[in-house]
Amino acid sequence: MPVITMREALNEALHLEMARDPRVIVLGEDVSGGAGGTSGQRDAAGGIFGVTKGLIHKFGEGRVIDTPISESCIIGAANGAALAGLRPVAELMFADFVGVAMDQIFNQAAKFRYMFGGKARTPLVIRMSFGAGMNCAAQHSQTIYPFMTAVPGLKVVVPSNPYDAKGLLLTAIRDDDPVVFFEHKALYSRKGEVPDGDYMIPFGEAALVREGDHATIVALGRMVPFAEKALEKLNADGITCDLIDPRTTSPLDEETILESVSNTGRLVVVDESPPRCSVASDIAAIVAQKGFRDLKAPIQIVTAPHTPVPFARELERAYVPGPAQIEAAVRKVLADG
Amino acid sequence: MQLNRDALLQAYRRMRTIREFEERLHIENRTGEIAGFTHLYAGQEAVAVGVCEHLTDKDWIASTHRGHGHCIAKGCDVGGMMKEIYGRADGLCKGKGGSMHIADLDKGMLGANAIVGGGPPIAVGAAIAAKLAGEGHVAVSFTGDGGSNQGTVLEALNMAAVLKVPKIFVFENNGYSEHTGAAYALAGQDLGRRVEGFGIPVFRADGFDFFSVYEAMRQALEVSRTGGGPAAVYATCTRYFGHFEGDPQNYRAKGEVEKFREESDCLKGFRARVTEAGLIDGATLDAIDAEVLAEIDAATIAAKSAAPPVPADVLTDVYISY
Repeated sequence: MPVITMREALNEALHLEMARDPRVIVLGEDVSGGAGGTSGQRDAAGGIFGVTKGLIHKFGEGRVIDTPISESCIIGAANGAALAGLRPVAELMFADFVGVAMDQIFNQAAKFRYMFGGKARTPLVIRMSFGAGMNCAAQHSQTIYPFMTAVPGLKVVVPSNPYDAKGLLLTAIRDDDPVVFFEHKALYSRKGEVPDGDYMIPFGEAALVREGDHATIVALGRMVPFAEKALEKLNADGITCDLIDPRTTSPLDEETILESVSNTGRLVVVDESPPRCSVASDIAAIVAQKGFRDLKAPIQIVTAPHTPVPFARELERAYVPGPAQIEAAVRKVLADG
Repeated sequence: MQLNRDALLQAYRRMRTIREFEERLHIENRTGEIAGFTHLYAGQEAVAVGVCEHLTDKDWIASTHRGHGHCIAKGCDVGGMMKEIYGRADGLCKGKGGSMHIADLDKGMLGANAIVGGGPPIAVGAAIAAKLAGEGHVAVSFTGDGGSNQGTVLEALNMAAVLKVPKIFVFENNGYSEHTGAAYALAGQDLGRRVEGFGIPVFRADGFDFFSVYEAMRQALEVSRTGGGPAAVYATCTRYFGHFEGDPQNYRAKGEVEKFREESDCLKGFRARVTEAGLIDGATLDAIDAEVLAEIDAATIAAKSAAPPVPADVLTDVYISY
């Protein structure tokens, strides 16, 4: 199987689906690479992180649409295009910009199907980069999937590797409801084996990344490779863990998590968002509610601190949860019972 | 004017239906049987109908929270609308949306929208779809003077112009954004000039006059249906009722509404125009009035006696099907 980056895997998914289904359009700031520039190089950028590179040459400017900087209108237009029969994939560049477009996401897209009595479907994907790790500071680094997870009517995807990214994006575009697709900017260059052709990964099915006996680790996005690193050290001491990557936070695969906890008796949840009302606190609450009797020790959550994301390298390193904290949390649940 | 007798009769019937629908809701609201907010459109009928008479089910509209008139003008089922406003299980949106969220995708009605300024970006997207389909269809958004101050509307104007999509922006200046006068809240006053700043042609209309709106919309469509990109219709009008039902309208001068009703009413104006021109006689219009009245009676009675949704319906039509 070819080994490619997550950026390339996402790009492949877009190419495949746009070729397969003429209803798919891509729109957003710079997605075609910079319309109206003076160099004549239409595909100069290919999107802020290069994910949409090459699409303009294959599919033309009718389907690969560079928009003005107008986040609210980008999502609004995607909503309208979806209601009118297209399958738009909108790019919001940075997840932080959701603030500007929030109305169109949580008041409009998320609610059409329900509010209109089931008659409207909104087959829309909103792609956005998220996460700290590139010193982009407080307005370009946030992990905001908990907000989106809290909204009924949205599906939320957080891939951690190229294989999942491609399969989940194909599922997202073929889904008839709005999907918010979070791409960790520090994972775009992560490499992995990815089949050439078409395959789909269903929403609400977690991946069991590692199997073990002593504890269950649930981790999302960039926290998955960090948890794998932590496990290398723990394994050296004879400690093995189930490592579960939910892949989608809504729907959430509660069953896989609860079953694993029933085997291991211990839970560590790792989430890059701040701790209050996070996906970590949500998963901890679900396990406390439905799997309490299986627990041998209090649940540990590993999250970023409750602070905006800092700029300086030293501060950002201190902000982002890493392998050391995950390792410590696992040792703590083992020590506690 | 290219309107034949049948078209004139349909326009009159739709305007009369909106008026009767709204007047009835105004009365029924006092019974306490209608839950939530109701924002009435009476007084503005000439705008909705003057615009929508040009459209087919394949053209899209995105409406506002004052959406009943746009729905009726676009051909939505009046009985289904009434049931929706009463929150009934077989309402147009199964009682999930209510007055502020009536939609009917089969009629090209993308929904009333309870977020002021929410509709125009959505109509830009429908216009993108229309442009890609290449069949000459357009998307229309309705916006009030209040909504025109929302950033989303300015974003939509810019994006529609940049993408050159077949999108018609209809602005209805009824003089009030909620309780605040346009004379105070609308900087620059002439909304059309703002729109022209985006390079979008504006066709101004007297919103009290169906024929004026119809003609402005015709000209706008001449731009948009032929690949010329977006256009706008700017109509000045008034509303006969408050921002929402129950609003005592203390911010309006005594007699203001009565004066409009007396001197500028769009139904009266239409009637005078077609009877004086000898196109339709008064008795024919009277007969339509009676038919509409009966239809609204029946719709109201049916809505009142229709079954409400069952509690289990709270979980239907959520996306989750796993």
